[in-house]
Amino acid sequence: MTKTVTDVICPFCGTLCDDLEVVVSDDGKELFEVYNACAIGAEKFLHSQAKDRITRPRMRQEDGSWKEISYDEAIEYTARMLADAKKPLMYGWSSTNCEAQAVGSEIGEAVGAVMDNTATVCHGTSLIAVQDIGIPSCTLGEVKNRADRILFWGCNPAHAHPRHMSRYSIFPRGFFTGKGHAGRKMIVVDPRPTDTASLADIHLQIEQGHDYELLDALRVAFKGEQLPDFVGGIPKAKIYEVAETLKSGRFAIIFFGMGVTQSIGKNHNIDAAIAVTRDLNEYTKAAIMPMRGHYNVTGSGQVWGWLFGFPYAVDLSRGFARYNPGETTSNDLLRRDEVDAVFVLGSDPGAHFPFSSVKKIYNLPSVAIDPHETPTTEVCKVHVPVAFVGVEVGGCAYRMDNVPIETRKVVEAPEGMMTDEEFLSRVLARVKEIKGV
Amino acid sequence: METVTLTIKNQPELYLEADNITPDAFAGKKAEEIAALHVYIGREQHQLGDFFEVSGGAGATPEETKVVVNGDLSRVKYIGMKMTGGEVVVNSNADMYVGAWMQGGKITVNGNVDAFAGTGMKGGEIVVNGNAGNYLGAAYRGDWRGMADGKITVAGNAGSDLGTFMNGGEIVIGGDVDVHVATHAEGGKIVIKGNAKSRLGGQMVGGEIYVLGNIDVMMPGFAYREDVDIEMDGIKGRFALYEGDLGERHRKRKGQLIYAKLYQQIGA
Repeated sequence: MTKTVTDVICPFCGTLCDDLEVVVSDDGKELFEVYNACAIGAEKFLHSQAKDRITRPRMRQEDGSWKEISYDEAIEYTARMLADAKKPLMYGWSSTNCEAQAVGSEIGEAVGAVMDNTATVCHGTSLIAVQDIGIPSCTLGEVKNRADRILFWGCNPAHAHPRHMSRYSIFPRGFFTGKGHAGRKMIVVDPRPTDTASLADIHLQIEQGHDYELLDALRVAFKGEQLPDFVGGIPKAKIYEVAETLKSGRFAIIFFGMGVTQSIGKNHNIDAAIAVTRDLNEYTKAAIMPMRGHYNVTGSGQVWGWLFGFPYAVDLSRGFARYNPGETTSNDLLRRDEVDAVFVLGSDPGAHFPFSSVKKIYNLPSVAIDPHETPTTEVCKVHVPVAFVGVEVGGCAYRMDNVPIETRKVVEAPEGMMTDEEFLSRVLARVKEIKGV
Repeated sequence: METVTLTIKNQPELYLEADNITPDAFAGKKAEEIAALHVYIGREQHQLGDFFEVSGGAGATPEETKVVVNGDLSRVKYIGMKMTGGEVVVNSNADMYVGAWMQGGKITVNGNVDAFAGTGMKGGEIVVNGNAGNYLGAAYRGDWRGMADGKITVAGNAGSDLGTFMNGGEIVIGGDVDVHVATHAEGGKIVIKGNAKSRLGGQMVGGEIYVLGNIDVMMPGFAYREDVDIEMDGIKGRFALYEGDLGERHRKRKGQLIYAKLYQQIGA
């Protein structure tokens, strides 16, 4: 017989859907079906049941093959590597719970590491902009219940956050948005005709790399000042029209993604987008929100925010927290040979970093903690498989709007597997022993 | 003026954080005392003498002290950080944060500097006889009070994010610059003798930019006003004057909005 677990939280993207239903065996050891989730979310649950799953740590041998080792040996290697390094990089942290992030931060403090999360190649630039000029934001609940002007800038939720539009931003009927989709105006700014753009009332097909100029043009348009005939390939009449559309709404929300945070200008693009939001508040209510990717990248920023005062790229090497993206960010550290060991947990830099950075990881002492086999585990010296957070162990995660949600355990991890938190706690204890504290 | 000469003898495995290489830290000290000052590699603390040959001696005050640094310094950070007086001459490329938060004195770099040179500068002078990296004369992360005073002169090119949040002082670039010049600036003067790419004066509140070469893309928030003749500091010619950033907030004087000014040379 089977049983159905309801109200399950999906540990895939920053939308953190909380209405999943999962069918598991009566003894809670097998997972059969996932309902309500998007294709990616369902796959994450089902992947925990893969027959070829790695369930024990492995160490790379001289000839390139893997040798199975015990968790104890993996803990020893990891603790030694971190304790011996002058400046280790501890990267990732976005696909695990806040509890594990907190233990990891303690290790980082003990060994003088640079702590960095996936924001470094994602929304870190947004965080720089927030620090520079602040952010008028809101929760997704407010978007659902109030927003009638939805602007997606450089993001494609149809593919990256598949249930975002149906649960929060475009289709749901909320308290003051009873007409659902019909009562909302949707604007998409994207150089490509994406599936998201195909749903839009207005699609501004901007020339690539002119986001900063177009955002500035919107601010000029709000003030009724003169514009050049074209900005980023968009005729000025269209820009005035969009400015008017945004001003005439009751509640405008700007969602933005990698298209602006990691294209030319980076933090400046977000800086300008926040300024647009601020300006809009002179005419109506407006808010802005980053489309955070990993389900708990927001959480790692929160944890480090309250522990160290900075949300990513935190350099603890001198015993106090320093932060300067461009210097203390993972790719800059790797590119410039500033670190001498790499620890990765809950992310896949092997797939997402430039190849030149991945090569550096390959040449350094390195450990990857990940339930899956990934391009990162392929270049690291030791791979430690762990239980899936949000599937085989619960814990706190932060949604993209900074709302904390407790994820749930729905199925047992394979016999004898450790969780992130258990593994890190053991490493921390061993590091303290080695350091004599 | 007394001179201290540092010559690098051992290259660090990672990078050396040498915020003690300043006339302020050296003043009143003999060579042995200077060699005993701290430097850091990651979490490890070492002595300056472990990496540098130290000769000569410092003057009684920073103003009477000149520091000459020789050898390859491309892995040494923070040279001249927070210095208040005296002189530093770097005969090599230097890494990040040269003259960061500098308050007085003069730094001459006979080579290139990496990013964040002159961060949050309050006074003094930096001369770079090579190229400069990104964030030259910019504010520190999250600080809305950037370069306040002093002068930075670069013979070659400069990177992106030049003079972000600049409030005062002057930056002169002999060559070309990358994107984002004087973003959020409220004052100060930037002269670019070569070409500029785009995003000059984005969100700029006040201050002046002079460009002698081309500008690839002008910000939509900058509006052409008039042509003017300019003669100052060896620059002479006819310039087109643009004002902006029209989208940004601006101060008022006698009821008139005061905009930032961007001058682009259009003739001799």
